[in-house]
Order: sequence, then structure tokens, then C-alpha cells
Amino acid sequence: MSAIQTTRSEEVHPDVLLVERARGGDVEAFEQLVKQYDRRIFRIAQHITQNREDAEDVVQDAFLKAYEKLEQFQGNSKFYTWLVRIAVNESLMRLRKRRTGRMVSIDEDIETEEGSMPRDLAEWRPDPEMMYGQSELAEILRKTVQGLPPGFRVVFVLRDVEGLSTEETAEALGLSVPAVKSRLLRARLQLRERLSRYFRKKDGDGGK
Amino acid sequence: MTCSEFLAELGDLLDDRVATSLRSDLEMHLKGCEHCVITLNTTRKTIEIYRRHEIYELPEGLRERLHAAILAKCKKGCE
Ligand SMILES: [Zn+2]
Repeated sequence: MSAIQTTRSEEVHPDVLLVERARGGDVEAFEQLVKQYDRRIFRIAQHITQNREDAEDVVQDAFLKAYEKLEQFQGNSKFYTWLVRIAVNESLMRLRKRRTGRMVSIDEDIETEEGSMPRDLAEWRPDPEMMYGQSELAEILRKTVQGLPPGFRVVFVLRDVEGLSTEETAEALGLSVPAVKSRLLRARLQLRERLSRYFRKKDGDGGK
Repeated sequence: MTCSEFLAELGDLLDDRVATSLRSDLEMHLKGCEHCVITLNTTRKTIEIYRRHEIYELPEGLRERLHAAILAKCKKGCE
């Protein structure tokens, strides 16, 4: 019997029950966790590796590893955060393999001042997404986020795209909360700066 | 409050985590600074746009392959 420890103030997350059942040999319970999170894990892996094959492998390896290590999962963090941490590590491993010789780390200190101070201060159109077709827009968003340093990109994706809290992002990445906050702000400002090129009001749009 | 001081709080402002004591200072700055208004609005929009559009979709067949891999693993290890 594994005693699942829960913090007194917190309710038991439904995932904890699924994990418990999966530990007891119920594969379907585990499959349910897979269905809940495979999309998100794939997106995270794709954002980090920027390679579809690698991202697919990461999804597979991350879930299999999670299944193997289920005994080690402790109820004091969320299953999802724990899973994200595994997936991030797997993703970085793949990224390193592809870029042999180049250091790839999410905790290397990134000392760029770029993007700290907004430069493009034009207003955007009221409905900027409507200016582009669906696939064109997706391409712009992909290109723009790919241009961020990996250490900023992963923080932005976990926090803003996948909706982890600042604390969960810090936990999943093994970073401090202030480090997450500072990277997140710089990532947001850099993305804003770059998207401004596409979304700003042009002369002749009318209205000031 | 200067623009740099405002920017330092921008993250908390976007996440709605600004201390009440600071909020009126930030609002005061926004009243007099069009640049920071634009920065705030367009940064908020940036986040919304990324949240709204799924730019990577789950590849076809991945779920099935994953399912097969888990079952294979289970046959070896679960019983
Ligand atoms: Zn200002």
C-alpha cells in the first residue's frame, strides 16, 4: 500500500486517484491520463525540440518513463507537473543530440538585454488575427516563438500557452520563481515586439 | 513612476498579481503614458493570441502508437 501524502489544505486532485489505480495495475486508468495530457505534452516537446519526429518520440518516451516510474511519483506535486518535467528533460536530451557540440540548457543564464525595452510602440489593429488566414497566422506564430532563446521559449510555453502556474513552471523546469518571472516577462516582450511587425496599424488604417 | 519601473511590474500586472498598494501607482502611470498603455495592451494581446491558436496539432496515429507501446510494456511488467 502506498500512502499518498496530500497537503492538508489541498483537495485530492482526480489525477491522484488515476495514478493510484494505475499503480495497482489498471492500465485503463493510465490510458486516461495519457488522453488527458498527450496533446499538451506533444506541444511542449515540439516547442522545445522544433522537430516533429523528435517530439513524437518524446511523447512516447515520456509516457513510458512515467509509467515505469509511477512508484516514484509523490502526491505532493501534480501528476501533470511531474510529467511535464519528464517531457522537458527528454526534449532537451533530443535537442542536444541534434545539436552536438552546442550547449543546450534551459538554465544557462541568458544575458540579453534585447527585448527588455519596448521599441515598436505602434498600436495594433483591433482584430489583428483577422488580417491573416488560419495557416498563415499559425506560421507567423510558429516562426515568432521559434526565434526566442530556448530558455525563454520553454518558460513562455509552459506558463502562457499550457497554463501552468508560475510555481508549477518553476518546479517543472527546476528554476527559481524569480527566474521564471524574469524570463517570462522578457519572452512576452520579445514576442510582442516581433508580432508588432505583423499586427500594427498601418498608415491609412484610419482612426487614431 | 518611470516607464522602467512600470515595466518591472508588467508581468505581475498581466498575471493579476499586483499588490493593492502598487495598483494605484500603476494606474496613475498609465493615465499619463500612452507608450506603456500600448505595451500593456499589445503584450496582453500577444498572450491571448498564443493561447487561442493551437499551432502544433497532435500528429495522426501518435495516440494509437502510444497506446500499443503502453500495452506492450504492461504485458512485460504489470502482471
Ligand atoms: Zn510609461
